[in-house]
Amino acid sequence: MTNTPHTDDVTGVDTTGHQWDDIRELNNPLPKWWVYSFYACIVWSVIYWIVMPAWPIFMNGAWTYTGGVIGYDQRVVVEDDIAEVTAGRQVYIDQITAQELPTIQQNAELMEVALAGGRAAFGDNCAPCHGSGAQGSSGFPNLNDDDWIWGGTVDDIHVTLRHGIRWEADDDTRFNEMPRYLADEILTADQVNDVVDYVLTLSGTAEMTDASTRGATIFAQECTACHMEGGIGNHELGAPNLADAIWLYGGDRAAVYESVANARAGQMPAWGDRLDPATVKQLALYVHSLGGGE
Amino acid sequence: MAASREAAPGTVTAAAFGVGGLFVVGALISIFIAAGTHDAVMAFHATLFILFFVLGIFAIGKRHFDAQERTPEPPARDGINYHDGPIRVATIASLFWGIAGFLAGLYIALELAFPGLNFDLAFLNFGRLRPLHTSAVIFAFGGNALIATSLYVVQRTCKTRLAGDLAPWFIVWGYQLFIVLAATGYLLGVTQGKEYAEPEWYVDLWLTIVWVTYLIVFLATLARRKEPHIYVANWFYLAFIVTIAMLHLVNNAAVPVSLTSPKSYIIWSGVQDALIQWWYGHNAVGFFLTAGFLGMMYYFVPKRAERPVYSYRLSIVHFWALIFLYIWAGPHHLHYTALPDWAQTLGMTFSIMLWMPSWGGMINGLMTLSGAWDKLRTDPVIRMLVVSIAFYGMSTFEGPVMSIKAVNSLSHYTDWTIGHVHSGALGWVGFVTFGAIYCLVPWLWNRKQLYSLALVNWHFWIATLGIVLYITAMWVSGILQGLMWRAYDSLGFLEYSFVETVEAMHPFYVIRAMGGGLFLIGALIMAYNVYMTIRGHVREGEAMEPAPAGDGQLAAVGAK
Repeated sequence: MTNTPHTDDVTGVDTTGHQWDDIRELNNPLPKWWVYSFYACIVWSVIYWIVMPAWPIFMNGAWTYTGGVIGYDQRVVVEDDIAEVTAGRQVYIDQITAQELPTIQQNAELMEVALAGGRAAFGDNCAPCHGSGAQGSSGFPNLNDDDWIWGGTVDDIHVTLRHGIRWEADDDTRFNEMPRYLADEILTADQVNDVVDYVLTLSGTAEMTDASTRGATIFAQECTACHMEGGIGNHELGAPNLADAIWLYGGDRAAVYESVANARAGQMPAWGDRLDPATVKQLALYVHSLGGGE
Repeated sequence: MAASREAAPGTVTAAAFGVGGLFVVGALISIFIAAGTHDAVMAFHATLFILFFVLGIFAIGKRHFDAQERTPEPPARDGINYHDGPIRVATIASLFWGIAGFLAGLYIALELAFPGLNFDLAFLNFGRLRPLHTSAVIFAFGGNALIATSLYVVQRTCKTRLAGDLAPWFIVWGYQLFIVLAATGYLLGVTQGKEYAEPEWYVDLWLTIVWVTYLIVFLATLARRKEPHIYVANWFYLAFIVTIAMLHLVNNAAVPVSLTSPKSYIIWSGVQDALIQWWYGHNAVGFFLTAGFLGMMYYFVPKRAERPVYSYRLSIVHFWALIFLYIWAGPHHLHYTALPDWAQTLGMTFSIMLWMPSWGGMINGLMTLSGAWDKLRTDPVIRMLVVSIAFYGMSTFEGPVMSIKAVNSLSHYTDWTIGHVHSGALGWVGFVTFGAIYCLVPWLWNRKQLYSLALVNWHFWIATLGIVLYITAMWVSGILQGLMWRAYDSLGFLEYSFVETVEAMHPFYVIRAMGGGLFLIGALIMAYNVYMTIRGHVREGEAMEPAPAGDGQLAAVGAK
């Protein structure tokens, strides 16, 4: 364990003479390219400090920072960017805000903006429930078809969007409450089964039987007030059409039974107090354009 | 030192009575908390503490009686009675937690590709498993590897036994308790929500006690060294231990709701909290995952290659430059946020200046191989170590590039960051640890050689393929994600909704999970290899000339 430098056989470089657990060190100089690259990074940083906001300093009795020679300010950059985009769009937004929806629909130029804006707003706000293609899923209606619960005119859709569905924070929200026929003991389990059998015949999913004939009588007493005779539904009351084989919670027997027995009462938020009026209008126009608008 | 030598190691000394006494006090406090808390997780954790202290007291007693009966282990070949028991435990723990952490990582990767895999169970939720994965690989796998190798290296390069007799045992087992508390806490929903610093206040306090013990043992061992100078590996290990202590204390400064509640409130708030969090977070990368593992590299690479370190001067300059510059780089995690412009500038420029100091370690590691490059062909362990240095070089270049604000505006919050982290974690930290453990296991258990170098070779190739799949998938998905997020149509509306960008990531998430799966398979092969080595087996047909041995057995390197 001698601590004297010697020359390494392989490289011909001297060692430092240090030795730890048989590990030695060569006395190589710093690689030139390494040193110059390091210097270059430092020089570049110093230049960057001069140009951009960089060092906190105590000046005139308060903490501030060196602002840099080009006066860069991230907040100002963002504000300018947003202002520029907003300004470019403002003429359209003002018109969309001011005009009635059917009027806007007559204006091709405005509609181009409204549909593009509606699509973007839909992706960020509506897609999580209704799907990115507005195809819906169990409990969340498909917006591409022509089956509407609360009405499918562009104004109906606009009201639904602004005030939501069963959204208690909004006084004008779309609201109805189907009774929980079994849970609240309005009907017996047998009666519910009969009604379900009848409901399934409305869309042609089942044949008439003795049970569904009994169910038809109960349906006439309990259900037609909202769902109408023949189960064709009622937009005014938000009563779904039961005869079109389109189901919000599934059309198999068990799902329909669950709906009658315990009711469903899904919700949608009121977007009127979340998004600005022009955006809500664009959403209404976009959703209306998807295929099934009335 | 003399006093501890005279008593046979393991017999109860005054110090051991002191430790036992503290354990009794600890158990009593834990009983008080277990009885007083209304929180089920707190009660569970207090019970774990009670178990730890009671088992600790039994272990001290058992050690005393065993030591009286058994003749002490003979000193190593260089005549020094090294304290290797705790190192063996930490080595196995590293491998064990590593596999647990890789498995957790694979599972959450699959969850991202197939979200249904959380089965609507709270403890399988991505939000809970993700900190379990990151903590398991960083602190449990990496931390145990650092504890094991640092305690091994400091003894060998100082030519002295570790300071303290029970203290090293306390460090290792106390650290395992910290890991179990942290991991079960995450699964049961206890977190303070700070990335890489999720454990709550009482777990943080426990880690503080363990870590300060670690620092004292390391310093005291350096102080009693027989060598005139301190080896570079120990500078890096010491920088790692000291800085982590400081980061941990500042970032976790919190006020608990009560002594019996797991909930606490961090004293920092708003953007200051964010800045301190990323000062901590980035330096966890700098001092835990870089400095600590450079310490590992500086011992195991020259040792395994049987070559001198390339440049002493470079090691000094890059050490001090790295230490000075790294501590400033944290703000680059907060570009384009509420953090003031000037702080973002400093974070970015210091990250750029950090590039060469980081590469100093790569140069010193790779150039140490000069004169021994042929070993890449014959020794898969060297190959693993060299590839780890290559990944180190790549990710310490990628890091400064990503810290540039223009690049960051594209890369931030995307999978590119995840890919970057994993080229560092799997490629650098993982491979250098695997290489070190492959060296260490035969030395620690006095085996002539590993069970099988062929299996090391399999491990190397399978894991390398896994890393390549992982990071390329993340590059593509990260850049795609960044471009989709910023795409506008001609009217200034966003082109893609967030959901659409998530959908576009799916194929890359599947490829990433495949890469992670390969990496896990490699680690399982390693576990088998290590197990058979410890058992003393050599795979048929693989017996060979003695590999470089530890404990000063190695022929003087390059000497005439």
